[in-house]
Amino acid sequence: MKNVKILGSGCKRCVQTAAMASSEASRLGIEIELEKITDFADIARFGIASTPGVVIDGKVVHAGGLPKAEDMAKWLSA
Amino acid sequence: MKNEASTYPDGSASAVIWIIATAAAVALWFAVYWQLEAFSAWLVSSLPVSRDSHLEQAARFFVFDAPKVLMLMTLVVFGMGVVRSFFSAERTRALLAGKREGLGNVAAAILGVFTPFCSCSAVPLFVGFVSAGVPLGVTFSFLIAAPMVNEVALGLLFALVGWRIAAIYLAFGLAVAIVAGWIIGRLHLEGWLEEWVRNVRAGQAELQPDSQTVADRIRAGIDAVRDIVGRVWAWIIIGIAAGAFIHGYVPNDLLASIMGKDQWWSVPAVVLIGVPMYANAAGIIPVVEALLGKGAALGTVLAFMMSVIALSFPEMLILRKVLTLRLIAVFAGVVAAGIVAVGYLFNALF
Repeated sequence: MKNVKILGSGCKRCVQTAAMASSEASRLGIEIELEKITDFADIARFGIASTPGVVIDGKVVHAGGLPKAEDMAKWLSA
Repeated sequence: MKNEASTYPDGSASAVIWIIATAAAVALWFAVYWQLEAFSAWLVSSLPVSRDSHLEQAARFFVFDAPKVLMLMTLVVFGMGVVRSFFSAERTRALLAGKREGLGNVAAAILGVFTPFCSCSAVPLFVGFVSAGVPLGVTFSFLIAAPMVNEVALGLLFALVGWRIAAIYLAFGLAVAIVAGWIIGRLHLEGWLEEWVRNVRAGQAELQPDSQTVADRIRAGIDAVRDIVGRVWAWIIIGIAAGAFIHGYVPNDLLASIMGKDQWWSVPAVVLIGVPMYANAAGIIPVVEALLGKGAALGTVLAFMMSVIALSFPEMLILRKVLTLRLIAVFAGVVAAGIVAVGYLFNALF
Protein backbone atom coordinates (compact mmCIF):
# COMPACT_ATOMS: atom_id res chain seq x y z
CA MET A 1 0.00 0.00 0.00
CA LYS A 2 1.47 3.28 -1.11
CA ASN A 3 0.69 6.59 0.51
CA VAL A 4 0.05 9.27 -2.11
CA LYS A 5 -0.34 12.89 -1.09
CA ILE A 6 -1.57 15.54 -3.48
CA LEU A 7 -0.51 19.00 -2.34
CA GLY A 8 -2.62 21.91 -3.47
CA SER A 9 -5.30 24.36 -2.48
CA GLY A 10 -8.05 22.67 -4.48
CA CYS A 11 -7.34 24.35 -7.80
CA LYS A 12 -8.52 22.65 -11.00
CA ARG A 13 -5.15 21.07 -11.73
CA CYS A 14 -4.87 19.70 -8.20
CA VAL A 15 -8.20 17.93 -8.58
CA GLN A 16 -7.12 16.56 -11.97
CA THR A 17 -3.83 15.35 -10.50
CA ALA A 18 -5.63 13.50 -7.70
CA ALA A 19 -8.00 11.89 -10.19
CA MET A 20 -5.05 10.87 -12.34
CA ALA A 21 -3.30 9.25 -9.36
CA SER A 22 -6.31 7.07 -8.56
CA SER A 23 -7.02 6.11 -12.16
CA GLU A 24 -3.38 5.24 -12.92
CA ALA A 25 -3.14 3.27 -9.68
CA SER A 26 -6.23 1.20 -10.45
CA ARG A 27 -5.06 0.70 -14.04
CA LEU A 28 -1.75 -0.69 -12.76
CA GLY A 29 -3.41 -2.62 -9.95
CA ILE A 30 -1.48 -0.76 -7.26
CA GLU A 31 -3.21 -0.12 -3.97
CA ILE A 32 -2.86 3.43 -2.77
CA GLU A 33 -4.05 5.58 0.06
CA LEU A 34 -4.81 9.02 -1.38
CA GLU A 35 -4.51 12.10 0.79
CA LYS A 36 -5.17 15.70 -0.17
CA ILE A 37 -3.06 18.27 1.63
CA THR A 38 -4.71 21.66 1.31
CA ASP A 39 -3.23 23.59 4.24
CA PHE A 40 -0.69 26.09 2.98
CA ALA A 41 1.60 25.67 5.97
CA ASP A 42 1.64 21.90 5.49
CA ILE A 43 2.33 22.33 1.78
CA ALA A 44 5.28 24.61 2.53
CA ARG A 45 6.73 22.05 4.94
CA PHE A 46 7.22 19.67 2.04
CA GLY A 47 9.50 22.25 0.52
CA ILE A 48 7.64 22.90 -2.70
CA ALA A 49 6.79 26.34 -4.06
CA SER A 50 4.35 25.47 -6.81
CA THR A 51 1.22 23.35 -6.85
CA PRO A 52 -0.01 20.74 -7.46
CA GLY A 53 2.66 18.68 -5.74
CA VAL A 54 2.79 14.92 -5.56
CA VAL A 55 4.34 13.10 -2.59
CA ILE A 56 4.65 9.31 -2.65
CA ASP A 57 5.61 7.53 0.56
CA GLY A 58 6.97 10.78 1.95
CA LYS A 59 9.05 11.66 -1.07
CA VAL A 60 8.30 14.68 -3.27
CA VAL A 61 8.19 13.45 -6.87
CA HIS A 62 6.52 16.40 -8.59
CA ALA A 63 5.77 20.09 -8.13
CA GLY A 64 4.00 22.56 -10.38
CA GLY A 65 1.60 21.92 -13.19
CA LEU A 66 -0.36 18.89 -14.27
CA PRO A 67 1.96 15.86 -14.40
CA LYS A 68 1.89 13.53 -17.37
CA ALA A 69 -0.03 10.29 -16.91
CA GLU A 70 2.98 8.24 -17.95
CA ASP A 71 5.10 9.93 -15.27
CA MET A 72 2.43 9.27 -12.66
CA ALA A 73 2.47 5.59 -13.64
CA LYS A 74 6.26 5.55 -13.33
CA TRP A 75 6.21 7.12 -9.85
CA LEU A 76 3.48 4.77 -8.63
CA SER A 77 5.23 1.65 -9.85
CA ALA A 78 8.72 2.70 -8.73
CA MET B 1 11.57 -0.64 -12.08
CA LYS B 2 8.80 -0.92 -14.56
CA ASN B 3 9.16 1.91 -17.01
CA GLU B 4 5.81 2.96 -18.40
CA ALA B 5 7.40 5.83 -20.29
CA SER B 6 9.10 3.38 -22.64
CA THR B 7 5.85 2.97 -24.54
CA TYR B 8 6.27 6.58 -25.66
CA PRO B 9 8.79 7.28 -28.41
CA ASP B 10 11.90 8.74 -26.93
CA GLY B 11 15.60 9.14 -27.52
CA SER B 12 17.56 11.10 -30.07
CA ALA B 13 15.81 9.73 -33.16
CA SER B 14 12.46 11.06 -31.98
CA ALA B 15 14.11 14.34 -30.93
CA VAL B 16 15.13 14.87 -34.56
CA ILE B 17 11.61 14.08 -35.72
CA TRP B 18 10.15 16.55 -33.22
CA ILE B 19 12.56 19.28 -34.26
CA ILE B 20 11.84 18.74 -37.97
CA ALA B 21 8.08 18.70 -37.35
CA THR B 22 8.32 21.90 -35.31
CA ALA B 23 10.43 23.63 -37.97
CA ALA B 24 7.91 22.60 -40.63
CA ALA B 25 5.04 23.92 -38.55
CA VAL B 26 6.82 27.24 -37.99
CA ALA B 27 7.58 27.52 -41.74
CA LEU B 28 3.93 26.87 -42.54
CA TRP B 29 3.02 29.51 -39.96
CA PHE B 30 5.16 32.11 -41.76
CA ALA B 31 3.80 31.16 -45.16
CA VAL B 32 0.22 31.67 -43.97
CA TYR B 33 1.13 34.83 -42.09
CA TRP B 34 2.65 36.57 -45.14
CA GLN B 35 -0.47 35.87 -47.20
CA LEU B 36 -2.85 37.08 -44.52
CA GLU B 37 -3.05 40.73 -45.51
CA ALA B 38 -3.73 39.98 -49.16
CA PHE B 39 -6.32 37.39 -48.20
CA SER B 40 -8.20 39.65 -45.80
CA ALA B 41 -8.14 42.56 -48.27
CA TRP B 42 -9.70 40.27 -50.86
CA LEU B 43 -12.27 39.02 -48.37
CA VAL B 44 -13.35 42.53 -47.35
CA SER B 45 -13.49 43.74 -50.95
CA SER B 46 -15.86 40.89 -51.75
CA LEU B 47 -18.21 41.92 -48.93
CA PRO B 48 -21.31 43.88 -49.96
CA VAL B 49 -20.29 47.08 -48.17
CA SER B 50 -19.40 50.38 -49.79
CA ARG B 51 -15.72 51.31 -49.87
CA ASP B 52 -14.35 53.61 -47.18
CA SER B 53 -17.59 53.51 -45.23
CA HIS B 54 -17.42 53.17 -41.44
CA LEU B 55 -18.57 49.60 -41.77
CA GLU B 56 -15.90 48.78 -44.33
CA GLN B 57 -13.15 50.25 -42.12
CA ALA B 58 -14.40 48.32 -39.12
CA ALA B 59 -14.68 45.10 -41.13
CA ARG B 60 -11.20 45.49 -42.58
CA PHE B 61 -9.74 46.02 -39.11
CA PHE B 62 -11.51 42.94 -37.78
CA VAL B 63 -10.90 40.53 -40.65
CA PHE B 64 -7.20 41.28 -40.74
CA ASP B 65 -6.54 41.69 -37.03
CA ALA B 66 -8.38 38.71 -35.60
CA PRO B 67 -6.37 35.99 -37.43
CA LYS B 68 -3.16 38.02 -37.23
CA VAL B 69 -3.37 38.41 -33.46
CA LEU B 70 -4.37 34.79 -32.88
CA MET B 71 -1.46 33.60 -35.02
CA LEU B 72 1.10 35.82 -33.32
CA MET B 73 -0.28 34.84 -29.92
CA THR B 74 0.07 31.16 -30.79
CA LEU B 75 3.69 31.64 -31.84
CA VAL B 76 4.65 33.66 -28.76
CA VAL B 77 2.86 31.34 -26.33
CA PHE B 78 4.47 28.30 -27.93
CA GLY B 79 7.95 29.82 -27.71
CA MET B 80 7.38 30.88 -24.13
CA GLY B 81 6.06 27.41 -23.24
CA VAL B 82 9.25 25.82 -24.53
CA VAL B 83 11.47 28.36 -22.72
CA ARG B 84 9.52 27.89 -19.49
CA SER B 85 10.15 24.16 -19.50
CA PHE B 86 13.72 25.06 -18.49
CA PHE B 87 12.51 26.82 -15.34
CA SER B 88 10.58 25.83 -12.24
CA ALA B 89 9.46 27.69 -9.15
CA GLU B 90 11.61 25.43 -6.96
CA ARG B 91 14.75 26.08 -8.98
CA THR B 92 14.06 29.81 -9.06
CA ARG B 93 13.66 29.78 -5.32
CA ALA B 94 16.98 27.99 -4.87
CA LEU B 95 18.60 30.70 -7.00
CA LEU B 96 17.02 33.50 -4.99
CA ALA B 97 17.35 32.12 -1.45
CA GLY B 98 19.70 34.24 0.61
CA LYS B 99 20.24 36.72 -2.24
CA ARG B 100 20.80 40.24 -1.08
CA GLU B 101 18.34 42.94 -1.93
CA GLY B 102 19.11 45.03 -4.94
CA LEU B 103 20.65 42.42 -7.19
CA GLY B 104 18.15 39.94 -5.74
CA ASN B 105 15.24 42.14 -6.83
CA VAL B 106 16.61 42.34 -10.36
CA ALA B 107 17.11 38.57 -10.55
CA ALA B 108 13.65 37.92 -9.08
CA ALA B 109 11.88 40.18 -11.56
CA ILE B 110 13.65 38.62 -14.55
CA LEU B 111 13.07 35.07 -13.30
CA GLY B 112 9.44 36.09 -12.75
CA VAL B 113 9.03 36.46 -16.50
CA PHE B 114 10.32 32.98 -17.31
CA THR B 115 9.23 30.85 -14.36
CA PRO B 116 5.91 29.08 -14.88
CA PHE B 117 3.41 30.88 -12.69
CA CYS B 118 -0.28 30.47 -12.09
CA SER B 119 -2.16 32.86 -9.84
CA CYS B 120 -3.76 29.86 -8.15
CA SER B 121 -0.38 28.89 -6.72
CA ALA B 122 0.56 32.44 -5.67
CA VAL B 123 0.12 31.58 -1.98
CA PRO B 124 2.19 28.36 -1.88
CA LEU B 125 4.80 30.21 -3.89
CA PHE B 126 4.85 33.15 -1.52
CA VAL B 127 5.08 30.95 1.56
CA GLY B 128 7.59 28.66 -0.11
CA PHE B 129 9.85 31.57 -1.02
CA VAL B 130 9.70 33.44 2.28
CA SER B 131 10.10 30.35 4.43
CA ALA B 132 13.14 29.24 2.42
CA GLY B 133 14.97 32.47 3.11
CA VAL B 134 14.13 34.55 0.05
CA PRO B 135 13.92 38.14 1.38
CA LEU B 136 10.40 39.62 1.47
CA GLY B 137 11.18 42.42 -0.98
CA VAL B 138 12.79 39.99 -3.42
CA THR B 139 9.73 37.74 -3.18
CA PHE B 140 7.53 40.71 -4.02
CA SER B 141 9.64 41.60 -7.05
CA PHE B 142 8.97 38.09 -8.33
CA LEU B 143 5.30 38.24 -7.47
CA ILE B 144 4.79 41.58 -9.23
CA ALA B 145 6.74 40.71 -12.37
CA ALA B 146 5.32 37.21 -12.87
CA PRO B 147 1.72 38.16 -13.69
CA MET B 148 2.42 41.60 -15.16
CA VAL B 149 5.13 40.73 -17.66
CA ASN B 150 3.56 37.54 -19.00
CA GLU B 151 3.43 36.02 -22.44
CA VAL B 152 -0.16 37.04 -23.05
CA ALA B 153 0.57 40.72 -22.46
CA LEU B 154 3.86 40.68 -24.36
CA GLY B 155 2.48 38.56 -27.20
CA LEU B 156 -0.54 40.77 -27.69
CA LEU B 157 1.42 43.99 -27.56
CA PHE B 158 3.86 42.56 -30.06
CA ALA B 159 0.97 41.48 -32.28
CA LEU B 160 -0.94 44.73 -32.12
CA VAL B 161 1.40 47.63 -31.65
CA GLY B 162 4.78 46.20 -32.59
CA TRP B 163 7.86 44.86 -30.90
CA ARG B 164 9.07 48.29 -29.78
CA ILE B 165 6.18 48.89 -27.44
CA ALA B 166 6.30 45.28 -26.29
CA ALA B 167 9.98 45.74 -25.42
CA ILE B 168 9.23 49.01 -23.63
CA TYR B 169 6.44 47.31 -21.67
CA LEU B 170 8.86 44.53 -20.71
CA ALA B 171 11.52 47.00 -19.56
CA PHE B 172 9.18 49.20 -17.56
CA GLY B 173 7.23 46.27 -16.14
CA LEU B 174 10.50 44.88 -14.81
CA ALA B 175 11.44 48.32 -13.50
CA VAL B 176 8.19 48.62 -11.55
CA ALA B 177 8.66 45.11 -10.09
CA ILE B 178 12.28 45.75 -9.13
CA VAL B 179 11.73 49.15 -7.55
CA ALA B 180 8.45 48.27 -5.81
CA GLY B 181 10.00 45.09 -4.37
CA TRP B 182 13.09 46.97 -3.28
CA ILE B 183 11.01 49.61 -1.50
CA ILE B 184 8.92 46.96 0.28
CA GLY B 185 12.18 45.30 1.34
CA ARG B 186 13.56 48.60 2.66
CA LEU B 187 10.42 49.14 4.74
CA HIS B 188 11.14 45.90 6.69
CA LEU B 189 7.56 44.75 6.87
CA GLU B 190 8.28 41.11 7.77
CA GLY B 191 6.22 41.68 10.93
CA TRP B 192 3.18 42.39 8.77
CA LEU B 193 3.00 38.87 7.43
CA GLU B 194 0.30 36.66 8.87
CA GLU B 195 1.60 34.98 12.00
CA TRP B 196 1.54 31.41 10.65
CA VAL B 197 3.63 32.39 7.63
CA ARG B 198 6.42 33.65 9.89
CA ASN B 199 6.43 30.36 11.74
CA VAL B 200 6.61 28.01 8.79
CA ARG B 201 9.99 26.46 8.31
CA ALA B 202 10.16 24.94 4.89
CA GLY B 203 11.54 21.53 4.40
CA GLN B 204 13.94 21.49 1.49
CA ALA B 205 12.59 19.26 -1.21
CA GLU B 206 15.35 17.59 -3.13
CA LEU B 207 15.42 19.10 -6.55
CA GLN B 208 14.62 16.51 -9.15
CA PRO B 209 17.18 16.59 -11.93
CA ASP B 210 15.66 18.08 -15.05
CA SER B 211 15.21 15.01 -17.24
CA GLN B 212 13.00 16.48 -19.94
CA THR B 213 13.75 15.51 -23.52
CA VAL B 214 13.47 17.81 -26.53
CA ALA B 215 10.15 16.15 -27.31
CA ASP B 216 8.95 16.94 -23.77
CA ARG B 217 9.85 20.61 -24.17
CA ILE B 218 8.11 20.92 -27.54
CA ARG B 219 5.09 19.19 -26.08
CA ALA B 220 5.21 21.70 -23.20
CA GLY B 221 4.97 24.46 -25.82
CA ILE B 222 1.99 22.79 -27.48
CA ASP B 223 0.30 22.31 -24.10
CA ALA B 224 0.82 26.00 -23.34
CA VAL B 225 -0.84 26.95 -26.63
CA ARG B 226 -3.76 24.62 -25.97
CA ASP B 227 -4.16 25.92 -22.44
CA ILE B 228 -3.57 29.66 -22.86
CA VAL B 229 -4.83 30.33 -26.38
CA GLY B 230 -7.74 28.02 -25.62
CA ARG B 231 -8.56 30.17 -22.61
CA VAL B 232 -8.13 33.65 -24.07
CA TRP B 233 -9.11 33.39 -27.74
CA ALA B 234 -12.72 34.39 -27.08
CA TRP B 235 -11.59 37.45 -25.15
CA ILE B 236 -9.24 38.39 -27.95
CA ILE B 237 -12.05 38.17 -30.53
CA ILE B 238 -14.36 40.24 -28.33
CA GLY B 239 -11.58 42.76 -27.73
CA ILE B 240 -10.82 43.04 -31.43
CA ALA B 241 -14.50 43.44 -32.24
CA ALA B 242 -14.66 46.31 -29.72
CA GLY B 243 -11.47 47.67 -31.23
CA ALA B 244 -12.94 47.41 -34.73
CA PHE B 245 -15.98 49.38 -33.63
CA ILE B 246 -13.82 52.14 -32.14
CA HIS B 247 -11.65 52.07 -35.25
CA GLY B 248 -14.54 52.53 -37.63
CA TYR B 249 -16.96 54.72 -35.71
CA VAL B 250 -15.25 56.84 -33.07
CA PRO B 251 -14.00 60.17 -34.42
CA ASN B 252 -10.23 60.46 -34.58
CA ASP B 253 -9.42 62.91 -31.84
CA LEU B 254 -12.27 62.22 -29.48
CA LEU B 255 -10.06 60.40 -26.99
CA ALA B 256 -7.25 62.93 -27.19
CA SER B 257 -9.31 65.21 -25.00
CA ILE B 258 -9.95 62.56 -22.31
CA MET B 259 -6.91 60.30 -22.48
CA GLY B 260 -4.43 62.67 -24.12
CA LYS B 261 -1.17 63.94 -22.65
CA ASP B 262 -2.54 67.23 -21.45
CA GLN B 263 -4.89 65.67 -18.94
CA TRP B 264 -2.71 65.19 -15.84
CA TRP B 265 -5.45 63.33 -14.01
CA SER B 266 -5.96 60.72 -16.70
CA VAL B 267 -3.02 58.52 -15.61
CA PRO B 268 -4.11 58.00 -11.99
CA ALA B 269 -7.72 57.72 -13.19
CA VAL B 270 -7.02 54.84 -15.57
CA VAL B 271 -4.94 53.06 -12.91
CA LEU B 272 -7.96 53.18 -10.57
CA ILE B 273 -10.27 52.00 -13.33
CA GLY B 274 -7.87 49.14 -14.09
CA VAL B 275 -7.87 47.59 -10.61
CA PRO B 276 -11.28 45.87 -10.70
CA MET B 277 -10.73 44.77 -14.32
CA TYR B 278 -8.85 41.54 -14.30
CA ALA B 279 -10.58 38.72 -16.11
CA ASN B 280 -10.49 40.75 -19.28
CA ALA B 281 -6.73 41.23 -19.41
CA ALA B 282 -6.49 39.52 -22.80
CA GLY B 283 -9.55 41.20 -24.23
CA ILE B 284 -8.50 44.66 -23.16
CA ILE B 285 -5.36 44.86 -25.25
CA PRO B 286 -7.00 45.12 -28.70
CA VAL B 287 -9.00 47.99 -27.22
CA VAL B 288 -5.68 49.44 -26.17
CA GLU B 289 -4.53 49.45 -29.79
CA ALA B 290 -7.65 51.22 -30.94
CA LEU B 291 -7.36 53.75 -28.10
CA LEU B 292 -3.82 54.56 -29.20
CA GLY B 293 -5.00 54.98 -32.78
CA LYS B 294 -7.58 57.50 -31.66
CA GLY B 295 -5.29 59.86 -29.85
CA ALA B 296 -4.98 58.42 -26.33
CA ALA B 297 -1.48 58.99 -24.94
CA LEU B 298 0.89 56.00 -24.88
CA GLY B 299 1.84 56.40 -21.21
CA THR B 300 -1.79 56.58 -20.16
CA VAL B 301 -2.66 53.46 -22.13
CA LEU B 302 0.33 51.46 -20.82
CA ALA B 303 -0.51 52.51 -17.25
CA PHE B 304 -4.04 51.28 -17.83
CA MET B 305 -2.76 47.95 -19.11
CA MET B 306 -0.31 47.43 -16.27
CA SER B 307 -2.99 48.26 -13.73
CA VAL B 308 -5.48 45.83 -15.29
CA ILE B 309 -2.91 43.05 -15.29
CA ALA B 310 -0.80 43.63 -12.16
CA LEU B 311 -3.30 44.89 -9.61
CA SER B 312 -6.51 43.03 -9.12
CA PHE B 313 -9.02 42.40 -6.39
CA PRO B 314 -9.09 38.60 -6.83
CA GLU B 315 -5.32 38.39 -6.45
CA MET B 316 -5.42 40.55 -3.33
CA LEU B 317 -8.12 38.33 -1.85
CA ILE B 318 -5.86 35.32 -2.40
CA LEU B 319 -2.86 37.10 -0.88
CA ARG B 320 -4.94 38.08 2.15
CA LYS B 321 -4.30 34.53 3.40
CA VAL B 322 -0.62 35.33 3.90
CA LEU B 323 -0.44 39.11 4.20
CA THR B 324 -2.07 41.39 6.70
CA LEU B 325 -4.38 44.05 5.30
CA ARG B 326 -1.75 46.70 6.02
CA LEU B 327 0.84 44.88 3.96
CA ILE B 328 -1.60 44.43 1.06
CA ALA B 329 -2.32 48.16 1.19
CA VAL B 330 1.40 48.95 1.06
CA PHE B 331 1.88 46.48 -1.80
CA ALA B 332 -1.00 47.93 -3.82
CA GLY B 333 0.04 51.49 -3.04
CA VAL B 334 3.69 51.01 -4.02
CA VAL B 335 2.82 49.18 -7.25
CA ALA B 336 0.12 51.71 -8.19
CA ALA B 337 2.56 54.58 -7.57
CA GLY B 338 5.13 52.86 -9.76
CA ILE B 339 2.61 52.39 -12.57
CA VAL B 340 1.49 56.02 -12.35
CA ALA B 341 5.14 57.10 -12.51
CA VAL B 342 5.67 54.98 -15.64
CA GLY B 343 2.58 56.58 -17.21
CA TYR B 344 3.80 60.12 -16.54
CA LEU B 345 7.35 59.34 -17.62
CA PHE B 346 6.08 57.95 -20.89
CA ASN B 347 3.80 60.82 -21.63
CA ALA B 348 6.70 63.17 -20.95
CA LEU B 349 9.15 61.22 -23.13
CA PHE B 350 7.06 60.38 -26.19
